[in-house]
Amino acid sequence: MSLREHFEIPGRYKQWSFGLMGVGVLSLIIGYIMYGGHEQGTRFWATLLQNSVYFLLITNAAMFFFCALTLGMGGWQLTFRRVTEAISTSVIPIGIITFVILMCIVFGGKTTIYEWLDKAAVSKDAVLNGKKGFLNPTFFTVWAILSIGLWSLLGIKMRQLSRSIDDTPLSVEEGKKYIFKNTIWAALYIIWFALTVASVTPWLWLMSINAHWFSTMYSWYTFASSFVAGIALITLFVIYLKNQGYLEYTNEEHLHDLGKFQFAFSIFWTYLWFAQFMLIWYANISEETIYFKTRFDGAYIGVFYLNLIINFLAPLLIYMRRGSKRNYATVTFMSVLIIFGHWLDFYQMVFAGPFPDHVPLNLFDFGVALGFVGLVMWQTGTALSKHPLLAKNHPFLKESIIHHT
Amino acid sequence: MAIKKFVVGCFDDEDVLFPAVKKVRSAGYKIHDIYTPMPIHGLDKAMGLRDTSLHTAGFIYGITGTTTALSGIGWIFNKDWPINFGGKSHFDLPAWIPITFELTVLFSAVGMVLTFCYLCQLAPFVRRHHFNLRSTDDQFTMVIECTGKTNEASLEAFLQSIGAKGINVQHAETGWWLGSYANDKKPFESKAAVTV
Repeated sequence: MSLREHFEIPGRYKQWSFGLMGVGVLSLIIGYIMYGGHEQGTRFWATLLQNSVYFLLITNAAMFFFCALTLGMGGWQLTFRRVTEAISTSVIPIGIITFVILMCIVFGGKTTIYEWLDKAAVSKDAVLNGKKGFLNPTFFTVWAILSIGLWSLLGIKMRQLSRSIDDTPLSVEEGKKYIFKNTIWAALYIIWFALTVASVTPWLWLMSINAHWFSTMYSWYTFASSFVAGIALITLFVIYLKNQGYLEYTNEEHLHDLGKFQFAFSIFWTYLWFAQFMLIWYANISEETIYFKTRFDGAYIGVFYLNLIINFLAPLLIYMRRGSKRNYATVTFMSVLIIFGHWLDFYQMVFAGPFPDHVPLNLFDFGVALGFVGLVMWQTGTALSKHPLLAKNHPFLKESIIHHT
Repeated sequence: MAIKKFVVGCFDDEDVLFPAVKKVRSAGYKIHDIYTPMPIHGLDKAMGLRDTSLHTAGFIYGITGTTTALSGIGWIFNKDWPINFGGKSHFDLPAWIPITFELTVLFSAVGMVLTFCYLCQLAPFVRRHHFNLRSTDDQFTMVIECTGKTNEASLEAFLQSIGAKGINVQHAETGWWLGSYANDKKPFESKAAVTV
């Protein structure tokens, strides 16, 4: 079998990615004129916050995916591992964008997104005063730099390791060493991931929007949300490349496992969603229920149920059958649905804080989201075209080629 | 429950077994079953077996559990013995979900185990004929059922030609019977040796 080793970006792919980025920039300009230029830019910045954080976390989830599988000695993903690596390169540009947006929100002083920024209010408020050591601009900035910086650096290192053996077939001993080295770096990334995405970072970026409220499930919940959407993103790129005639060794066995991942982590997301919701609902303590007051009982009730239907019921019922996980059309449909569903999930995480009375969702939000989609497409496409699509000297490659579920 | 005649071919290598299965099937012989010491990936496909319906059964047991839980709790808390829990409504679905989940899992798990035992006909004191005891150790045993038209001699020669290491003919009971391994009485006459 002759392999098409290098991805050549088709003209239409380029047009689409630039077109979508154009839509994003246009939305940004229109949004700035409509919402951002005023004294209060909350609407404008909240949209940027939601979209940048969401797309940063889902591209970062691709990184988590291959590091977790490396650590677990997984071999089945190797036929399409370069795709996950390519998606993870988007962490760098989107990370920079996110950082700029976060800094504008924290130091720009034009929003009411983070209530802990208001020094006068904090000094009068016992709860916020107690959280001052954690919720302050310095800590926020340092942690954002560390999060995004180390994700990017460890990502670069992992990708370098992967490419370093492209031209050098390994002996058994060298292979063992190579796997060990990979494991070490993947483990470092996972540790940093646990300290950021799975704990502190969502507290700072998203949970502190409702600064009085806290939930110990929150970071896990955010992680689950971004991870499902990340897997869906990987799946979409894999299917796209298959359709273009690349990734010859990837077949419906791999698709089946990606579908299983989406199915399993949709259930995991629901588990965390429910654990967070049910305990607060059952205990019925006003400090805690305040978070669900707007979402479950207020303006966001539609988003609340839609979120549950798209992210739980649809994957549960549609992905349950073996056949649907092996069907390219179903999996494509579900992946798009899941990416949208978790985008909506992030939407209610961000917007129900500063806008408790109405849902301000409109074309501006979708425009910005499409801009980020274009950016991810462009960045991933460029990264894919630079390096061979198959890590052909990886010791576990055969395991992936004969993978059978 | 019927005694039938089988031609048994024993293989000692997976790599020989797979092409042999293909050849036996394309020659038109009817494979009764293949007994192996360990699960072999892809053998079910090679034999042309259909997918198991165990998962469909599992789904049905699962929704039975869901329905049982919801209707049970619903009836108890709304009709039979309504209790006021912290001012919550009697129909408070979120509080029921954990129990519903547990019952769904319980029903599907227990149901699937029992169905699995039924499908494989596994139970205490239920005995079945073993064609080759070494198929629990190091041999792959292919059992071909003889029909009225089967020519045993040519089938044996055919098995020989595709790599079977030991070949014999057995008359065996196809169903199960009650008995114990310690005190086994075989309900068929032919006690063909099963050693290879």
